[in-house]
Amino acid sequence: MRRFFLIAVPYGWLLALFLVPFFIVFKISLSDLALSIPPYTPTMKDGFGQMIKAFDFENFVFLTTDDLYWKAYLSSLKIALISTALALLVGYPMAYGMARAPEEWRPTLMMLVILPFWTSFLIRVYAWVGILSNEGFLNQFLLWTGLISTPLTIMNTTTAVYIGIVYTYLPFMILPIYAALDRLDESLIEAAEDLGCSRIKAFWLVTIPLSRNGIIAGCFLVFIPALGEFVIPSLLGGSGTLMIGKVLFEEFFNNRDWPVASAVAVILLLILIVPIILFQRNQQRQAEAET
Amino acid sequence: MRRTSWFNVTSLTLGFAFLYLPMVLLVIYSFNSSKLVTVWAGFSTKWYGELVQNEAFLDAALVTLEVAVASSTLATILGTMAAYVLVRGGRFLGRTLFSGMIYAPLVMPEVITGLSLLLLFIGIGLDRGVLTIVLAHTTFSMCYVSVVVSSRLVSFDRSLEEAALDLGCSAFDAFRLVTLPIIAPAVISGWLLAFTLSLDDLVIASFTTGPSSTTLPIKIWSAVRLGVSPEINALSTIMIGIVTVGVISASLISKRNAVKAQQDMQAAERGAT
Repeated sequence: MRRFFLIAVPYGWLLALFLVPFFIVFKISLSDLALSIPPYTPTMKDGFGQMIKAFDFENFVFLTTDDLYWKAYLSSLKIALISTALALLVGYPMAYGMARAPEEWRPTLMMLVILPFWTSFLIRVYAWVGILSNEGFLNQFLLWTGLISTPLTIMNTTTAVYIGIVYTYLPFMILPIYAALDRLDESLIEAAEDLGCSRIKAFWLVTIPLSRNGIIAGCFLVFIPALGEFVIPSLLGGSGTLMIGKVLFEEFFNNRDWPVASAVAVILLLILIVPIILFQRNQQRQAEAET
Repeated sequence: MRRTSWFNVTSLTLGFAFLYLPMVLLVIYSFNSSKLVTVWAGFSTKWYGELVQNEAFLDAALVTLEVAVASSTLATILGTMAAYVLVRGGRFLGRTLFSGMIYAPLVMPEVITGLSLLLLFIGIGLDRGVLTIVLAHTTFSMCYVSVVVSSRLVSFDRSLEEAALDLGCSAFDAFRLVTLPIIAPAVISGWLLAFTLSLDDLVIASFTTGPSSTTLPIKIWSAVRLGVSPEINALSTIMIGIVTVGVISASLISKRNAVKAQQDMQAAERGAT
């Protein structure tokens, strides 16, 4: 009886507040827009048979005809991919440096990586507004050094979005790579060097392959949330940056088109299923390798 | 330390400068007397004074704290139960679905979670306000709690629990007296994580809130959309300060506990010989 209670409470909670809402999104994505509150025609009021008949894929067809949507999906994919690559370029040397730092420094370095994660996400993104704007700190600095003579326009461009994503998700890239590098047996690299590898070659042939699981985990941890990102493109990207999270938000709140917003969500979810499954598989493989 | 090369030192220095410079600038310029936030005009704390008098921000801060305390407490209870079920529950009907539902919210885009919960609340006719935000935050943060707690439960020596049962404890007493104290650090960090996630959340709260209850992130969001403001800089500085003090003291406490545990072990070993 106690066991039943222990299982049923969290299970029931997640069913009611996680799974059922998804079916509602799915259902509404198949219904029609109506000028009422709620602004869609319910498809279930005449029983199950009628519901199936009332279902249509109009909203999904609409998404394919209006090129705003597929452009937004493509540009989200592009932005998420490039940001992930940039985060890897910045994060890997940092994780490597941490793993090679003197033992007594490592807890402090670790804390320095984790600290931004506890700080408000919104504030960290907002901090860049003052840096990247036309009269911001970066332009002031570059003008002062004489490297440029007119201010650069970075704010409200895709570049600002890349910077924002790399900045906020960098700890997610560093931590799994650091964990992998920390476990790496140093004598393997020494063996490679003794056997005639140059230091760079030993890095490519030994260190990189042995930290592969950490790299994969870090990339997914940046890519997956970046794809559906809303705050960063809205705050730093301006109207010129198209990302699907932003489109969904605007479709829902500004256009009040719930069925289309739901259809956008369903497709975003379908796109995300592949990386999520790959990520889970990588985590499982890693867990098995450890035992 | 032959590998502490100039390359490693440079990459760490540049990397941490990238991570911390934006926040340092934010903190410094919150003490700027000029309304023009990027031009330094002298030291002043006037924006803090204006912030304290801004009742809209204070109200939003209170709502946010209320939501965060309620949702993180609920999430800790539910998440610990879920972790226990996952690690100790054995086999039961729909276990795969259950563990899927625990891990899925961790990678779900916030816009989708927010949208789906809002549609649920409207579907069942629940008025949107503090209650609905609490329900939404509990749902996603219980998953984080359960991941943190279950990693602790996995490494837990089960024979301790069995010993308590053999010595006549009821199952509940064994949990209360043996299991809970051992997993307590994980439960506490789970609570802190849930609390921070709730304080921080903008997107899900925007979907699930009603017109009467505005949380601090929603308030900040509507202010920063209009550009940089010195008041927000002051508010950010306060929040960064609280987090920094919290994280540093938490790590000092855990370091002290680790040292103490080591000393106890050594004392015990000396006693044994």
